[in-house]
Amino acid sequence: MRSSLRVFFVGGLIAYRGLFNWINPAIYIPTMLIGPTFQILFFTYLGRYSNLENDAFFVVGNAIQASAMAGVFSATMAIANERQYQTLSPLLATPASRFAIFMGRSLPVLANGLLVSAWGFLMGALLLHFHPAASTLPGLALTVCVSVFSCTAFGLTLGSIGMRARDVFLTANVAYYLMWLFCGVNVPLAQLPGWMQQIGRLMPLTHGIAAARKIAQGVPLSAVSGLVWTELGIGIAYFTLAFLLVRVFEHQGRRNAALETY
Amino acid sequence: MSVFRLLWTSWRFHIKSLTLSWFFVLTTVFMPVLVATIAYYMFQAGQRPGTLFYASLGAAVYGIWSATLFGSGGAIQWQRWQGTLEVVVATPAPFSLILLASTLATSTIGLYSLASTLVWGRLVFGIPLQIDQPLAFVVAVPATILGLGLLGFLFASTFILYRHANALSNMLEWPVLLISGMLVPLALLPAWSHPISWMLATTWGVQAIRQAALGGTPWPDIAMTLALGAVYLVLGVVSLRNFERLARRDATLSLT
Repeated sequence: MRSSLRVFFVGGLIAYRGLFNWINPAIYIPTMLIGPTFQILFFTYLGRYSNLENDAFFVVGNAIQASAMAGVFSATMAIANERQYQTLSPLLATPASRFAIFMGRSLPVLANGLLVSAWGFLMGALLLHFHPAASTLPGLALTVCVSVFSCTAFGLTLGSIGMRARDVFLTANVAYYLMWLFCGVNVPLAQLPGWMQQIGRLMPLTHGIAAARKIAQGVPLSAVSGLVWTELGIGIAYFTLAFLLVRVFEHQGRRNAALETY
Repeated sequence: MSVFRLLWTSWRFHIKSLTLSWFFVLTTVFMPVLVATIAYYMFQAGQRPGTLFYASLGAAVYGIWSATLFGSGGAIQWQRWQGTLEVVVATPAPFSLILLASTLATSTIGLYSLASTLVWGRLVFGIPLQIDQPLAFVVAVPATILGLGLLGFLFASTFILYRHANALSNMLEWPVLLISGMLVPLALLPAWSHPISWMLATTWGVQAIRQAALGGTPWPDIAMTLALGAVYLVLGVVSLRNFERLARRDATLSLT
C-alpha cells in the first residue's frame, strides 16, 4: 500500500517532470495562458455579433474547455510519450502497481487543467466583467473540478490508444477542437443536429459546462446535481476504459514483443 | 532572373513538401471548416442567417492566416531541428529569399482552406456561392495570399533569435483572428484596437475578398493589402539581416 502511494505521488510527479521537461515559461505562458484568453475573447465577441447568448455563456464554456488543453494533450502525452521516448518497456518491466502509475500521471495533469481553467475565469472577470455571485463560487469550483477530471480521463483514453496507434496526436488535436462544437461550448446543445447532440452527451465537459452555466446564473448546486453526477460518471467511465486499454495493450505488446514498435 | 528562379523553385519545393504532410493539410482544411461550422450554427441560432456567406469567407481567410502563421513559426524552427539552418544561411543565395519563398508557400497552402470552407458551406449548409465581382475576387484572393505570406515573412524574420517560435506563433493565431474582423466586425471591437487592425494585411485582405464576393469596392482594399505587403517585405528584409548578423556574431543560429 505504502509503495503504491509512493508510486502514485512521487512517481507521478517525477514522470510528469520527465515527460514534460521541455515546458518552460516561454512555452507555457503563450500556449496555456495567452492563447485561451484570446479564445475566450474571440468567441465572446462572436457571440455578441451573432446575438446568440450573453457573455457569461461563452466565458463559462470556453474557460472550462480551455482546461482540455492540459486535459487532452498533456494526458495523451503522459501515456503515449513513454512509447515515443522509448521508456515504456522499462516502465512496464517494473512490478509497480499499474493503477498507481496510471493515477499518478493524471494528478499533475488535473492540477494543470484546473490552473488553466481558473485563469480563464479570471480573464473573464477582468476583461469581460464576468462576476458571478460569491455564493455560487464553491459550486462553480466543484463543477469545474469534476469537468477537468472527466476531460483528463478522456485524454488518458486517447493516450492509452497511443500505446498502440501510430500517430495519436493527430487524433488528440481533432478531438480537442471538436469539443468546441460537440460539447456545447459555443453553441447550445439544443441548437445542434440530433446526432451531434448524441455524441456531445457522451463527451466529457458537456454536462459540466451546462451545470456551471446554471450555477453561474444563481441556480443552486443541488438543482444541477444530476448534471454534475453525469459528468463524474462519464469521467469514471473514460478512466476505466483508459485503464483497461493500458492493460490490454500492455498484454498485447508483451506477447508480440511490440511495446515500442511503430 | 536568378532571383525569380530561386523563389519559384523554392516555393514549388515547399508547396510539395507541405502537401505531403498529412498533419499540415488536415489542420489547414479542418480548422477553418470547424470554425466556419461553429459560426454557421451560432449565426443560425442567433437569427443571423444572412451572414453565413460572410462567415464562410471570414473562416476561409482565417485558414490562410492559420497556415501562414504555422509555417512562419516553423520556417526557421524546422530547419533548426533538422540541422540544415546553418547550411542554408551559408549558401551564396540570400537567406531572405529562401525564407520568403517558404512563407509564401505556406500562405499559398491556405488556398486549400479557402476551397474547403466554401465547398463545405455549399454542400452542408446550402450557402450559395454567388460572387458579385468575379474579376475582383480572382485578384483579391492572390493579393491576400501575397499580403499574408509577406506578413508571415516579417514574423519569421524576427523568430531567428527566438528559441520557441512555434509557441509564439500559436499565441498570435487568436488575437489576429479577432482584431482583423475575419468573423467579428471591427465596429464591435474596442476603438483602441482599430489602429492595430489597420496595420494588418489580414484586415484588408478579408475586406477585399468580402467586398468582391458580396458587393462593394474591393480595389482600395486590394491596394492596401499589397501596399502593406510591400512594407512587411522591407521591414522583414531589414529585420532578418539584423537578426542574422547577430546570430552569426554570437554563434547562436542553432540555439542549441
